[in-house]
Amino acid sequence: MSTPEKEPLLSAKNFRLLTSPVGKNNPITVQVLGICSALAVTVKLKPSLVMALSVTIVLAVSNVVIAAIRSRIPDRIRIIVQLVVIATLVIIVDQVLKAYAFDVSKQLSVFVGLIITNCIIMGRLEAFALSNSPWKSFLDGLGNGAGYGLILIIVGFFRELLGSGTILGYPVIQKLGLYSAGYENNGMMILPPMALILVGLIIWVQRSRDKSLIENK
Amino acid sequence: MENILNIFIKSIFIDNMIFAYFLGMCSYLAVSKTVKTSVGLGIAVTFVLVITVPVNYLIDTYLLKKGALAWIGASFADLDLSFLSFMIFIAVIAAMVQIVEMVIEKFSPALYNSLGIFLPLIAVNCAILGASLFMQEREYHGLAEVTSFALGSGIGWFLAIVGLAAIREKLRYSNVPAPLRGLGITFILVGLMAIAFMGLMGIKL
Repeated sequence: MSTPEKEPLLSAKNFRLLTSPVGKNNPITVQVLGICSALAVTVKLKPSLVMALSVTIVLAVSNVVIAAIRSRIPDRIRIIVQLVVIATLVIIVDQVLKAYAFDVSKQLSVFVGLIITNCIIMGRLEAFALSNSPWKSFLDGLGNGAGYGLILIIVGFFRELLGSGTILGYPVIQKLGLYSAGYENNGMMILPPMALILVGLIIWVQRSRDKSLIENK
Repeated sequence: MENILNIFIKSIFIDNMIFAYFLGMCSYLAVSKTVKTSVGLGIAVTFVLVITVPVNYLIDTYLLKKGALAWIGASFADLDLSFLSFMIFIAVIAAMVQIVEMVIEKFSPALYNSLGIFLPLIAVNCAILGASLFMQEREYHGLAEVTSFALGSGIGWFLAIVGLAAIREKLRYSNVPAPLRGLGITFILVGLMAIAFMGLMGIKL
């Protein structure tokens, strides 16, 4: 048995845990996790931000909890244990949203509850938290939450700007006076299919910048 | 009766789980590489939906809803346990998937083998939990309506995954730009399929 080396809290390796899911190892565009909720809530920027925040919180906290009790969970019932931990956290998030941001909570409707079955959370618990220390799992949770949030915010930003002509409810296009110049909102952007096509385009841009991510035929 | 049929058609084509709500997207994208496996997964999802949604409906109506516990006694009449629904629903789904798996293994080993890993994975398929949550939100009346909603959603999901798998099998022979290959083009494909499905949205039932 080797004694574990004392490493600084934010060593280079830990820092990479935090940053790699934002780019090269993004949960949505590379790991293909958690797509369901990513697409349905991105019509406007505000619900996208709230969703990104909720998922990050649930992901980071559940990662820490599972990592802390990982040696005590019997292997055969670990899925149930994970689901209970996640469901408890999601209930808390749901009640907080209902209490302090009721209109957003109505907009998100069932998708807050669906954080439970969001594959990012189960995926990261299985792949990371079950075999790493709580602090590393916390960083991994934050990093993956941020990577997920980044895509949500990009998609939400473009859909709101091009679809409704506003950013966070502020009428940008109208203030710029583009309507009088003949500009019209693209109604297509508000419809659900455009979210898929936008994510497809984001993947295109990311992979043409980083050739190592290109899939073999 | 007419109402039940309406809900059935509506949940297949208009409120399609994939194209209108993006539910069950992860396994939808991961498993749709060949038609054969996607048929298996589609059947399994439909099957589990038809079992879990009515069970969750009964639990919601007789245990969780505000005033649902009135049948025990007057002192329970104004209890509202609906905040527990996430946890109860997911527990029911996980348990049901386990039971369905054991039953299929016992009575039809052939089907069990062809479904393979997909059965346990269904427990974390968002389409299943999503259907239960929609059932709660849309306030259907009676078991028949709920069952037809579950069956319709399942068939809608089945059609969507088999359709995508068929297109992806053909796609192997076409020349896709390298960075779009695989995941990227699949996203755009699903988007185009969803646009096609939107043509059905104007139908008033």
